[in-house]
Amino acid sequence: MLKIHDLQAGIEGRKILRGIDLEIKPGEVHAIMGPNGSGKSTLASVLAGKKDYEVISGTVSFLGKDLLELSPEARAGEGLFLAFQYPVEIPGLSTTIFMKTAVNEVRKYRGQEPLDAVAFLKMMREKMALMNIEQSLLSRSLNEGFSGGEKKRNEIFQMAMLEPRLAILDETDSGLDIDAIRIVSNGVNKIRNKNNSVLVVTHYQRLLDYIVPDFVHVLYNGRIVKSGTKELAFELEERGYDFIKNDQPLEQGA
Amino acid sequence: MNAVEYYKDQLEQRVLNDSGSGSGLISLRKKAILDFTRWGIPTMKNEEWKYTRITPLLDKLPELPKNGDKQIPFTVQDFQKRQLPGHELANELVFVNGLFNSDLSKLISKEIQVLPIDKMQENGMQEILENHFDHSSKYLQDGIHALNTAFLKDGIFIRVGEDLKVKKPIYIYHITDARASNILSQPRSLVLLEKNAGLQIVETFLALGQPQNLSTESFSNHVIEIVLEKDASLEYYKIQNDELTNGQVSSCHIRQLGKSLVHTVVISLEGGMIRNNLNVVMESERCEAHLYGLYFQHGKTHIDNHTIVDNRKPGCFSNELYKGVLAGESTGVFNGKIFVRQEAQKTNAYQSNKNILLSGKASVNSKPQLEIFADDVKCSHGCTVGQLDDEAFFYLESRGIPKTKARALLVGAFASDIIEHIRISPIREWVEKLLAKRLEIENR
Ligand SMILES: Nc1ncnc2c1ncn2[C@@H]1O[C@H](COP(=O)(O)OP(=O)(O)O)[C@@H](O)[C@H]1O
Ligand SMILES: [Mg+2]
Repeated sequence: MLKIHDLQAGIEGRKILRGIDLEIKPGEVHAIMGPNGSGKSTLASVLAGKKDYEVISGTVSFLGKDLLELSPEARAGEGLFLAFQYPVEIPGLSTTIFMKTAVNEVRKYRGQEPLDAVAFLKMMREKMALMNIEQSLLSRSLNEGFSGGEKKRNEIFQMAMLEPRLAILDETDSGLDIDAIRIVSNGVNKIRNKNNSVLVVTHYQRLLDYIVPDFVHVLYNGRIVKSGTKELAFELEERGYDFIKNDQPLEQGA
Repeated sequence: MNAVEYYKDQLEQRVLNDSGSGSGLISLRKKAILDFTRWGIPTMKNEEWKYTRITPLLDKLPELPKNGDKQIPFTVQDFQKRQLPGHELANELVFVNGLFNSDLSKLISKEIQVLPIDKMQENGMQEILENHFDHSSKYLQDGIHALNTAFLKDGIFIRVGEDLKVKKPIYIYHITDARASNILSQPRSLVLLEKNAGLQIVETFLALGQPQNLSTESFSNHVIEIVLEKDASLEYYKIQNDELTNGQVSSCHIRQLGKSLVHTVVISLEGGMIRNNLNVVMESERCEAHLYGLYFQHGKTHIDNHTIVDNRKPGCFSNELYKGVLAGESTGVFNGKIFVRQEAQKTNAYQSNKNILLSGKASVNSKPQLEIFADDVKCSHGCTVGQLDDEAFFYLESRGIPKTKARALLVGAFASDIIEHIRISPIREWVEKLLAKRLEIENR
């Protein structure tokens, strides 16, 4: 599904990702953990196609296509979805109009007919119920004045609407209480199947009790420094990131 | 011959011919002629016109419609094609080339009285005329304003009597039919809302020209003055979606004589060169005014919004929000003055102007001007000029929305908190549609 080879990327001349290798197969759940500033969000943004970041070297193939050649909207069309760590507030843009445009653009990309108003509403209602989202949220401006939890649920709701093949969740659990984590995980687990994959970026092991990963990777200083199974997450929880840091050679000329 | 000589010559002949109509008006017009000759057409040397050039347009000497001449080509069929949405349930007043046209107009609300300005005196309204007509010249001291007063012809007086709340809006159409020749139209109206009266006004401007010729082929110089007595409420909407062949100066001057409520929305979507003046003069305690504006320019068009809020008495409130989107090589000007007179303690006056430039060649000049002579006041102002937010752009694109659509959604979102203040739903929906269409064009 996703094959990352020696990906190096940075911003404004500063290297952040220093050679990432990662392969995710259909149906797998991978988790990326790591201390703040290690490059997790950068990796997520580069995969989603944020143009602020400069890819220095490496390749990324997604479902057999050269991902780095695709525009962000084409990546979404191909089935990549990023749940943002900090979803953007857009005053004046109604959540419903946004969602309808997104759904129909993605359908168009995939060669499907656009949904009519009735079919769209039906789909919205289903997915909203799944995410415990109140009707009133959808008539409001996109993310404007939403609480932290509402924003994160809205991200997963969008994911459910867009039916991606690979969902990348960037710290979707941060700032959520345990009930909200359950709801969000439940939403993610609903789209999991043998064809779809998930990449969970998180700080804490606790989300992984609900979205159980097949593999856990530790990102530190722009590299994956350790990979393992879900047991690695417990180890990190117990010992903190310091043991990883201490294992690493000093940062080379940033 | 330059514009000043040309119009001065025309003026002198006309005022003499018109001398039969109300003598009060004649003296006002004579004074306006003097002012016009003294000041001339405002140039960029005039501080208030620093960024807006109208002389080249007027030097083409657009013609004034001849005295009593209603032989212009504009027909009922022409009008029907241009009526605004919701017109079936609206009063409609039509000016063609600056002259009020009663044949095309219709009044369906009995609460509204409409009368030619030059018939006011003989109908016992001398006092209203003297107190209110041309009050705007105290604030708009330039030759172009004087020119409108000087040529006053077939203007109208609109009156809503005490305690009358007019349910149906008045649509005022200003049509400049320049199909036969280059025209200068100078409509003029005076509106009086008596105690506890309520009225909604929509003004729109339509120029008919030679669309193949993109140089300005008509000019409209419009003035409306509106007076509110105690407890009156006004909603004033101006929608400019005109041909590119038109240049215009459009002034709306509002006086609040008693504690009253003013709500204005000025939408400028199309038109070659537009200068808007909007004045709100608060002459009583606890007046309230909300001023909203949206301009969306493209190509080589120019928009200039000058506003004045004059707080003369204590405890008044005003909130002003103007937003601009400038594409292509268009240029914009916003100049917002707030006066707080010495007596006007406890004034609350807020102003904000936000602009988005969609192209590197578009530009805007935004200048707030606060002149505060009282000490116990709350005033704020701010202006921003920027691009669409990159983060927001990426968010939409990452959801599969292509750049062009994302841009349309974001501009629409930016404009939405102005458009939502249009409280006449057919007009609001129409403006939404015009904007959506414009966004499509801008994205091609
Ligand atoms: N847009 C940016 N501009 C400048 N520096 C950035 C930007 N994005 C990330 N960085 C830097 O890159 C490093 C990694 O950041 P990030 O990917 O957000 O880490 P994480 O998500 O693991 O906390 C940090 O040092 C951060 O300051
Ligand atoms: Mg992060």
